[in-house]
Amino acid sequence: MSRVVLVTGGSRGIGLACARRFQADGERVAVTYKTAPPDPAGAESTAPLLAVACDVTDPGAVDAAFTTVEAELGAIEVLVCAAGITDDGLVLRMSEERWSRVVETDLTGTFRAVRRALPAMLRARAGRIVVISSVVGYLGNAGQANYAAAKAGQIGFARSLAREVASRSVTVNVVCPGMVATDMLAALDEDQTAALASRVPLGRIAEPEEVASAVCFLASAEASYITGAVLAVDGGLGMGH
Amino acid sequence: MGDDATFEKFKKCAVDVLQVPEDKVVPEASFADDLNADSLDLVEFVMALEEAFSITVDETELDGIDTVGQAYDLVVSKL
Repeated sequence: MSRVVLVTGGSRGIGLACARRFQADGERVAVTYKTAPPDPAGAESTAPLLAVACDVTDPGAVDAAFTTVEAELGAIEVLVCAAGITDDGLVLRMSEERWSRVVETDLTGTFRAVRRALPAMLRARAGRIVVISSVVGYLGNAGQANYAAAKAGQIGFARSLAREVASRSVTVNVVCPGMVATDMLAALDEDQTAALASRVPLGRIAEPEEVASAVCFLASAEASYITGAVLAVDGGLGMGH
Repeated sequence: MGDDATFEKFKKCAVDVLQVPEDKVVPEASFADDLNADSLDLVEFVMALEEAFSITVDETELDGIDTVGQAYDLVVSKL
């Protein structure tokens, strides 16, 4: 029995990899995107993704996007919050705007999507919520205080929520990717990237699919006893935290 | 107290969402003490009432709603 899955930020990177993996598993998948819809090229599945434009910093847009998905596919049973941005800079020189926009998109955007998805999951007494955070959330990273704050915030949020809704058999878990080959990483320069990769025990950057498999596991029936967990998919980078 | 049909509809929501026997849904019943409803139960109950009666209940209006009677009065006031 296929489930309705919504991936925010599912037009690229980790979000898209998750969407494609769910599709391959036979689920009915929708994605939200801000900049551009997913590139259809390279899709192995013949079923198109339902792509809905949505800026997660706009509560009205989130509501409208969910309503569209519900009308087309049905109540959302699995929510993956992968919408996120970076806007790097040192704290000393970070403007209010630069701080706010990352926190708004990455943390508050997660809150909005989750809050909108919850009623149906609670009524159904079943649901899976997977929040994509980052190893940076607990390691920190110079120049990414705004991003790291939002990512750490997602962990506290997800765990609190997990406690609130556990009685309704809705699980809420967090995946913390390390360095992954996406547009977000491409924003760093070559030297920075090579330096970071050399610090990873597994000595390389991940492919988005390697994060998607962890997400799909947590969303699966096999993860029925897992909630409030923080699963690192980081090649060992954040080991011990 | 509204009318009988309205209260019956209200009671049905309570029975469905709070999973309590119908005879316990009386105006004096306290959600927390008599009906064993926690805060999540209450939120779900209010959502069900919103749908059943096509009303909107703002978060702030729930302050001080402790009994079945108070919740029912709130619903009736919005019809």
